[in-house]
Amino acid sequence: MSNVFIAFQSNEDSRPIIEAILADNPHAVSVHSPGLIKIDAPDELCIKRATIEEIIGRRYDLQEIHVSLVTLSGYIDEDDDQFTLSWKH
Amino acid sequence: MSVDLHTREIQPLRQTFAHVAQYAGDDKPASRYLEATLGAQSTANFHYRPTWDPAHELFDKTRSAVVMADWQSLRDPRQYYYGTWTMARARQQDAIEANYQFIEDRGLVAKMPEAVRSKASKVLIPLRHAAWGGNMNNCSIGAYGYGAMLTAPAMFHAMDQLGVAQYITRLGLTLDEPGALDAGKNDWLKETCWQPLRHYVEDTLVLQDPMELFVAQNLALDGQLYPLIFGSFVDDHLVPLGGTSVAMMSAFMPEWHAESSRWVDAVLKIAAAESEANRALIAGWVQAWSDRAQAALMPVAAMALDAGAQGAIDDARTSLNARCKKAGITS
Amino acid sequence: MDTRVSKKKLGLKDRYTAMTRGLHWDTTYQPMDKVFPYDTYEGIKIHDWDKWEDPFRLTMEAYWKYQGEKEKKLYAVIDAFAQNNGQLGISDARYVNALKLFIQGVTPLEYYAHRGFAHVGRQFTGAGARVAAQMQSVDELRHYQTETHAISHYNKYFNGMHHTSHWFDRVWYLSVPKSFFEDAYSSGPFEFLTAVSFSFEYVLTNLLFVPFMSGAAHNGDMSTVTFGFSAQSDESRHMTLGIECIKFMLEQDPDNLPIIQRWMDKWFWRGYRLLTLVAMMQDYMLPKRVMSWKEAWEMYAEGSGGALFKDLARYGIREPKGWKDACEGKDHISHQAWNTFYNYNAAAPFHTWVPDDEELAWLTEKYPETFDSLYRPRLQYLREQQAIGKRFYNNTLPMLCTTCQIPMCFTEPGDATKIAYRETEHLGDKYHFCSDHCKDIFAHEPEKYVQSWLPVHQIYQGNCFKPGTDPSQAGFDPLAAVMDYYEVKVGEDNFDFEGSQDQKNFNEWRGDDGLGEDE
Repeated sequence: MSNVFIAFQSNEDSRPIIEAILADNPHAVSVHSPGLIKIDAPDELCIKRATIEEIIGRRYDLQEIHVSLVTLSGYIDEDDDQFTLSWKH
Repeated sequence: MSVDLHTREIQPLRQTFAHVAQYAGDDKPASRYLEATLGAQSTANFHYRPTWDPAHELFDKTRSAVVMADWQSLRDPRQYYYGTWTMARARQQDAIEANYQFIEDRGLVAKMPEAVRSKASKVLIPLRHAAWGGNMNNCSIGAYGYGAMLTAPAMFHAMDQLGVAQYITRLGLTLDEPGALDAGKNDWLKETCWQPLRHYVEDTLVLQDPMELFVAQNLALDGQLYPLIFGSFVDDHLVPLGGTSVAMMSAFMPEWHAESSRWVDAVLKIAAAESEANRALIAGWVQAWSDRAQAALMPVAAMALDAGAQGAIDDARTSLNARCKKAGITS
Repeated sequence: MDTRVSKKKLGLKDRYTAMTRGLHWDTTYQPMDKVFPYDTYEGIKIHDWDKWEDPFRLTMEAYWKYQGEKEKKLYAVIDAFAQNNGQLGISDARYVNALKLFIQGVTPLEYYAHRGFAHVGRQFTGAGARVAAQMQSVDELRHYQTETHAISHYNKYFNGMHHTSHWFDRVWYLSVPKSFFEDAYSSGPFEFLTAVSFSFEYVLTNLLFVPFMSGAAHNGDMSTVTFGFSAQSDESRHMTLGIECIKFMLEQDPDNLPIIQRWMDKWFWRGYRLLTLVAMMQDYMLPKRVMSWKEAWEMYAEGSGGALFKDLARYGIREPKGWKDACEGKDHISHQAWNTFYNYNAAAPFHTWVPDDEELAWLTEKYPETFDSLYRPRLQYLREQQAIGKRFYNNTLPMLCTTCQIPMCFTEPGDATKIAYRETEHLGDKYHFCSDHCKDIFAHEPEKYVQSWLPVHQIYQGNCFKPGTDPSQAGFDPLAAVMDYYEVKVGEDNFDFEGSQDQKNFNEWRGDDGLGEDE
């Protein structure tokens, strides 16, 4: 079992994304350092468009995460509704 | 910071980098465009010849028959660097997005006359492949040209061409079923009227001289294709028949063409003005490739405009000739 | 709400396919192998390009939109930094030398990457791979241009940054990054992706970025930090290209495995050697230190890298040949490199210095096994010499390793009292190397490495003087003539930090009234 992680700049744009990730991924853990929020999760982490839209009250395109994304690890699977990181073993 | 700066003189030691000051002087700050582009490419003391082309160095002026004392003189009048390029395109993308929203909200595609919708589909969708050729060719200029002044805007142009191909694809998916993309590709590969153009494009894909390729793709072909298709066909023919939505969805193309033509013309004007040898060489390329592009576009024009085809082709060639005369690259 | 009869709408993956590889066609008027002449000669076998999985599925519309937004934010910070004289907020002027190293040695590599990805972005037969490479090409141009713009402000106030484009092609230590990238760019497209996308942008990337960016954050350089975060998001796309490329090649044909393994061995080692400059920066050039090179190596190489190679084992990939020696080097290379630059600071356009006592204590703490026994005594000796007016400058030139082009300062794995020397003969000439691994790289492609433009050889051959220089004149000073050829400003760009213009200016600008305290 290995951790996947995703890291965002700590700002207004990433706030709802982080909130959504922590809500949808109960095993995920967030760590703050200057200007940066890193989220680690065992094996898999999923970002759901619907959850973010609920939080921000407007339509959201998942590709908007690119604006505040810093780095990540794991294999990516994405479509219009979800963005998932995982390690295939 | 609570430093009291009013009582302290903080004078800069210099205004810009030495390789920029060489051109722009050192008495005032240099533009971001110049700082971003001058001196970017290495010019000396290369370590290894490319295993994929041992006859040349990694960056090599002799890949082109055009001779420049200073390849950094090929300036882009738009003065794009990555930041200004992406921000300009993002604004354009916003406008197109609004256009699509407008069209979808009102169901304007369904309200378009069927003949107009299907003609637009038939003429425009195969052109996504011509734009793909434009992407590959400008990528080639970006890779094998000499100097960032030429190659950086060439890569922007390559990505712009990909953008055009994708805008046409999006237009196709909005006008028609996904299967229409395959039908369009089939036409591109097999329909008689498209073959001279496809042949032209494929012949450009094997051109080795980046400047000849620049002429063949960016001036001779696009300089006629864009006025023909987005001027004569979309604006002048489809719109009066009820095809305004098509013009709205394809708005990026004529706008981009007008903007980037300033760059294309400037590069060739400067290169031709350098020497009589350059001028003659470039003018020869212009003549040969423009004639051939015109002939290749004729059957496409005929399919699109029937009786209006010859007039439209002549107009496109006339406007190209005017550009060439202004740039000093006529035979 | 759309009231039309809903027609089949394509999902993200299918839309993206239509937007990219659907644009491609197999040419018939020109043969495909004339349109794509370079993608089989390396011996890599690809049977089905359709199996290529697009790493990130950004259309140009999305690319322009999000990159445009990132640029707006980044330039707002760069502008604010300049307007507020942000350079006065850094911890201490010695920090700027880390930036000098960055703009001299890293920024030009972004430009090379831009051109290299343009090349592979044209040459791969697979359209999906071409699009990903082309996007990376403009991303790398972005990095070159934003770094240049961010550092432009520092260039106005500090020395050692004003002529980097001239230095990169000439100055001795800059042939290390230059030859690294030219080696990748002169190789075939598949090797290029293995070297850059995989080995550099996936395996080793954090070892380049984290030291510089966290160094910037801890030393008050908000402009560089902002650039770093902004660029890193592009890097996440680049990383996925790297791992996809490796998986794709390994899955296409088992015959590809030995070729790829050899490339991984080569590029891990060349990349590791290149990172020597970063190791030195991290341990010696940051007034406020973050973590040691050793700690960074353990976290990012041994930690993340270890997990990666475990994952690739299912394809038959083993860890790179030089792995153990690289791990052994973590206790040594930063100290060895700093000593080299201290020696040759007369010929390098940035400043060096002996660390102060607090800094020496930090080094002792971080390197318990090696610092006090091997490296501290030398630094203390150098400090003593400086105190009596005999600051040491080495007036001879070092032997360079033919492959990595670094001066031969590295020691035998397991015995740090012995410089590691290796040599080989090829067509009647003798070649020298710093390690078994650099020697093996040469042995596999001698016809490539014999072409190297080794700065020390070139100086001795008289190729590093300006036209019209006459070495036979009385009183000729060869090193001064070389500095002239380099266009390094002697007494401004080079020599020790103590007594430098940078030091004087910074103290003046910050004033004497205790403003050395940071906020």
